[in-house]
Parts: sequence; structure tokens; C-alpha cells
Amino acid sequence: MTASSSSRAIPFWRDVRVLTVLSQIVFVLLLALAAGFLYSNLSNAMRERGLVAGFDFLERESGFEIGESLIPYKPSDLYARAFLVGVLNTLLVSVIGIFFATILGVFTGIARLSSNWLVNRIAAVYIEIIRNTPLLVQLVFIYFGVFVKLPPVRDTLDFGGIVFANQRGVFLPRPVPSPTYDTWLSFVLFAIVGAFFLWLFLSRHPRYRYTFYPLTVPLAWFVILPLLGWFLVETAPLTLEIPERGRFNFTGGIALSPEFSALLSGLVIYTAAFIAEVVRGGLQSVRRGQIEAARAIGLTEAQVLYLIIFPQALRVIVPPLTSQYLNLAKNSSLAIAIGYPDLFNVGATIANQTGQPVPVIMLIMATYLTMSLTTSLLMNIYNTRVQVLEK
Amino acid sequence: MTSADTLEPPRLSLGVFGWLKKNLFSTWYNTVLTFIALWFIYTVLSQMIVWAFTSARWQVITANLRLFMVGPYPPDQVWRVWLVLCIVSTLMGLSAGVFGGTMRTFARWLAAAYATLIVLDVIAEQTQPFVEFTRRWSTGQFMSALPGIVWLLINLALLGGGWWIGRERAAWRGRIVAAWFVSFFVTVALLQGFGRDTWLPEVSTTLWGGLLLTFMLATVSIVVSFPLGVLLALGRRSKLPAIKIFCILYIELVRGVPLVTILYMTQIMLPLFLPGQLRIDNVTRAIAGMTLFTAAYMAENVRGGLQAIPLGQIEAAHALGLNEALTTILIVLPQALRMVIPAIVGLFISLFKDTTLATIVALLELLGVGRSVLAQAEFMGLQTEVYLFIAAIFFVFSYAMSFASYRVEEALGVGKR
Repeated sequence: MTASSSSRAIPFWRDVRVLTVLSQIVFVLLLALAAGFLYSNLSNAMRERGLVAGFDFLERESGFEIGESLIPYKPSDLYARAFLVGVLNTLLVSVIGIFFATILGVFTGIARLSSNWLVNRIAAVYIEIIRNTPLLVQLVFIYFGVFVKLPPVRDTLDFGGIVFANQRGVFLPRPVPSPTYDTWLSFVLFAIVGAFFLWLFLSRHPRYRYTFYPLTVPLAWFVILPLLGWFLVETAPLTLEIPERGRFNFTGGIALSPEFSALLSGLVIYTAAFIAEVVRGGLQSVRRGQIEAARAIGLTEAQVLYLIIFPQALRVIVPPLTSQYLNLAKNSSLAIAIGYPDLFNVGATIANQTGQPVPVIMLIMATYLTMSLTTSLLMNIYNTRVQVLEK
Repeated sequence: MTSADTLEPPRLSLGVFGWLKKNLFSTWYNTVLTFIALWFIYTVLSQMIVWAFTSARWQVITANLRLFMVGPYPPDQVWRVWLVLCIVSTLMGLSAGVFGGTMRTFARWLAAAYATLIVLDVIAEQTQPFVEFTRRWSTGQFMSALPGIVWLLINLALLGGGWWIGRERAAWRGRIVAAWFVSFFVTVALLQGFGRDTWLPEVSTTLWGGLLLTFMLATVSIVVSFPLGVLLALGRRSKLPAIKIFCILYIELVRGVPLVTILYMTQIMLPLFLPGQLRIDNVTRAIAGMTLFTAAYMAENVRGGLQAIPLGQIEAAHALGLNEALTTILIVLPQALRMVIPAIVGLFISLFKDTTLATIVALLELLGVGRSVLAQAEFMGLQTEVYLFIAAIFFVFSYAMSFASYRVEEALGVGKR
């Protein structure tokens, strides 16, 4: 009775149930109208300018050179392969960049908390300068101001006779497998697998869970076994190939182009400053009471750090760290300013050559999106693990 | 020993040696670290100072200072930029007087900057401006005849005057905020002009450049993206699935790709999306790209603020009989937006730095001007000087803004109320 009278009392234009449905229909209609308007403009404009939609161009010969590539590539290859070269180059610089940025960032973050006033100040100055200047300016500075201005080949800078740097790039020694390499590799694999299972067992063991053993035992296993293997096989499984100076340039070893070196160092220096702040924030977020309580129950300083501070700080650090990793990968698109052939650079070249910017932009954006979403998915899985472990 | 023999209170001040011992030489490894750090500072600083005072050729900066500041903006119209600076100085002075606190610190810095520039100008003392001045004055171009030093003095006077007037007028707070808001539109109108034969001839945005363009790109984008971001944030928390899904898709899509790709897209695809007769220039396209990009990040910041509003506030508003819309506008948004001011300043700083990416789509903002200067034959190979100068400009502004954000955070008592 009351229900029917109240529903009669409210006219439909004030009924929340009707309104929610109605407003969504209106919203979708408006969206569809806007999309239709834009789409018709786009197809008109594309017809006028002779642009075609679709990805047929990927099957055609690219005809342009790419400075560096992880896979064999020549100008007679397809556009699809050229694009793949760009994707791989982006992945390469991102993965290596993330690795080094994490190391430098954690180091700087800890230095920022150092009780040594000078060390603390140096870290602070580094962080503030890097965070308050644009990455692009840093990149062009490092490339045009440092790497391009390195001495020519005949005056190559020599770092201890194994690392060299000149205008053509940076040259590092390369480990070369010898015949005994395969035997040694099985030791290494066994070390990795064994260390993983040791860690799995110890970190769940009720007795050893809250000790150093889950960290130290697998680590020792992981270090000792390959060392043992190294001396058991007859000759050294790996030899270092040191770059040699040829007539015009160095041969052998790993040659890093100036573009790659500049992009990598720029990204590492920039991202590390942000990671340092993340690490500092995480370490400072652990409440003093926790540390004092841990000391009061007689834990050593190392135990306090490993058992009390790290697990709690990690929960705070991981989410912003993820976004820093993603930022690094996205920022690698600035490579176009210094000529490193990354995904965006190669994509822009393809767009220019084929005269079909629309599908190429779609492709570029979809690739970045896939990379971002995959990374955040993986880091979210890790994050939930870290969060659960704490409870 | 009697009870009258009281111990002296411990000394609070350590003295120079105490401080050194505590902060630099407390343990053996701290001592080692200190010496390594000292050696590091010495090597870096000595090399930099020697370079800066002996081999660096700073003429590339002084000779192109106007380019760095305003780019290809017509020299006889540069007085408009000065006039805009006058507006900013006046408002800055008034704000310093009325609000005090951080604004006062800022006004002091600005005054110091003006004073330094005036002194530098006097030291440089070129006769050229005077010749130019008399020539222009005699031909009736009064505004463009004023040399930079006069403008700087006017700005300094306006800053001080505004401060003096604003000192005891706390009631003006609302008006000054409104004035800042209006000044944004006045600035754009003044810089852009109206038409060919009016008193304020049109200066097309393609002629904007340098630091001026950097600021305009960042400011216009943040102002336009603000309402968009608020709408997206509200949409993302909406109970209506259609709106919610759209907002989530937009935000995550934009946040998943680099800004360069979006700039590139607006540069190439925006003209295709618009009806044929509508043409938009490079700068507008870049602003569109930055706005679309920033709106997604703005939405995430605002969402953070929205989530921090206690549910009790909303329930109380409902209990008072406010509907959803009024609850949002009167209760939720004012509290949420106040909370996210520091985050928005942070967003503005990163946008300010990201304007350099406009170089990649061939705009002549600060970095673009730098590159075009370096392309001139006489300034070849001076990358270090030019890029250091640009980096220094960015550093000063970004650092000042993050300082302000920190102070605003303290003043608002974010997280304390």
C-alpha cells in the first residue's frame, strides 16, 4: 500500500531508478554522436589526402636503415620487422635501465638517510637537481654535451685497459663461452633451482622463518655452486674478449652506440633520483616504535633492518616503484630527440615513409599500452604477495 | 654530596667541533666516507668552476637572451610581454601583502631577481638601448621604446607598491584570487591581440616562443585540464556503469602511453578529426595534447582527494536533504579539492618540465629555441652552455614551485584536520 502510493507520488522524471538508466542512455548516445562526427571527419579527411586505413603497409619492404638492432635487419626487410626492431630496442633500454636505476636509486635513497652530513647533502643535491630539471634537457645535455664530445678514436679514453670510450661509443669486454661452458651452465642452473627451493622451504619453515637463513642459505648455495663448477671443469668456462683497437674503430667486445649509452645513462640518472625518494619515504614510513621495540627484545641492528624495517618498508615502496619503472619505459620514447631507434622513433619513421600516420600511431600506442598493462599486472601480483606476507 | 649540589643541565649546543664529530667523524667508516665525499666535491666543483670562468663562452646566452625569453615574438611587440610581467608583479605584491607567508617569500625572491637583473643590466651598460630608445620615441612607438631596465624598475616598483597596499587588507583575499584567475585571460588576450588593424595587432601563436611559450603551454594546459580532470574523477566514482567504464578507459589509456605519442597524435590526427574548414595551429594542437594527457593524471589526483572524504560527510549531507549533485558540489568537492592542491602543484611542475617535449613536434619553446640557437654557425658546439642555462631556468622555477607546494601543504594542514 505505502509502496504503491509512494511510487505513484514520484513522477518518473524524479525517479532515481529511471534517471540512472536514462542518463546513461543519454551519455552513450552523446558519446556515439561525438564518435560518429569525429569518425566521419576522419574518413573524409583521409579520403581527401589519399590516406588509407588498415595495416597492409606492414607487409611491404621498409627500405630504411636502422642504426642498431638486436635481431638481423636490413633495409629490404618488411615494415613489420622494422617495427619489431624498435620494440626490442625499447625493451632493451628499459630493462637494463630499470636494473641500474634500481641499484643507483636504492643506494642514493640510503645515502639520503645517512647520518654522515656530507653524504646526506650530496645525495640531496643530486636528487633535487635531477628532479627539478626536465628529462629531455638532461638527455640532450648528456648526448650532445658529453657523448658526442668524447675524443676521436685515436685519443680514446681508456678505463683500466678493459673499457674504452670515444666518439663512436662505449666498448666493454664480452664474456665468451669456451668448450666447458655447457658443463658449467648445468652447475649454474642447478644453483638457481636449488636456491629457489631452499628459499621456498626455509621462508615457510616455522622455525627458520623469522631468521636470516631464508636469505643467507640460498644465497650461499647460489654463490658456492657455480664457483665450485668453475674450478671443477678443466678450463675456464668463460673468457673475456677485450675490445681491440682497429684501424678506424674498436673490434670485439660489446660496442654500445653513443645514442644508446646517452639514453641509458640519462634514464638511469633521472629515474634513480625518483626511486631514491621512494626508498627514503618507504624506510622513513616505518614507525620508530617498531624499531625501538625490536631493539628492546634484543634483535641486533642487522636483524632490525632485515626482519623489521625491510618487510614493512617494502609494502610502501613497491606501488610507487612500479610507477617509476613504467615511467622509465615510457620516457624511453624521448630517444627520438637523440636518434636512438626505439619503438617511437622507428614508428615515426615508418609513418613518414608510408604516409599513413593513423594506423602507425595506433600501433605505437597499443604497444606501449600492452607494455604498461603487463608490467602493472606483474607488479600488482607481486604487490599482493608482499601485502599478504605481512599479515 | 648534598641535594643542593645540583648538576648543571647538559649543554645543548655542540659547538663546531662537537658538530663535526657528531655529523662527520662519528665512526671510522663515517670518517672514511667524509673524506671520499670531500674528494668527490672537490673534483666536481673545481672542474666546474674552472670551466665556467675560463673556457665557457657565455656570450651565446647574453647575445640570444631575447630569443630565450620570448622566441620569435615580434621585437616591437615585446612590451606586451613586459606588461604581462607587470600584471604578475602587481598581483604578486598584493598577494604578498594580503596573504603573507609563502607569497611573501616568493615576492622577496622575485624582488631579488629583478634587482639582480637591474644590476647586471647596469654593469653591462650598453649604449645601444639609448640609441634605440631615442629613435623609437621620436617615431612615436612609445611602448616599445622603453629599454628593459626601465621595465624592470617599473616591475620592482609595482611589486613593492602592491605589497605596501595589500599589507592591511586581509579582506581582499577573495578578490585577489579572482584577480589571478581573470589575469590569466587578460594575459592570453594581451599576448594574442585582436586583429590586424586594431590598437593591439594580432600576434599569431606560431610566433610565441622561449620561456614565454613554455609558461603559456603549462598554464593553459593545467587550467583547461582542471575541469576535465574533476569530471573524469567524479565519473570514475560514479555508480552509473556506462559513465564509469568510459572514464576508467580514458584514464588508463592515457596513463599507459608516453606524452610524446599523444603530442604526436594531436599534431597529426587532430586536423584530420576536425571538419575541413577548421584549421588549428601547432601551438593549439600541442596544448590540446597536453590537456588531454594532464586531465587523466589530474583525475587520479582528484580521485585521491574524493576518496579521503569521510562517508559521514556525505551521509550528513543526505540527511539534510541535499541530493547527489548538491552534495558533490557543496560538500565533497570543496573539501576534496583543498586536499589535492599540493598534488596539483606537483602535476603542474611535471607538466612545466614536460613542455620541453613540444620541441619534438617542432615548437620553439625554451629547449626548441636553445636548439635553434645552437644550429647557428657562430654558436656551434656550445651545447654545454646552452643546455646548462636552460636546465638552470627550469630548476629555479620547479624548485620554487615545489617549495611553495610544501609550504601550502603545511599551511593547509593536509592530513591534520
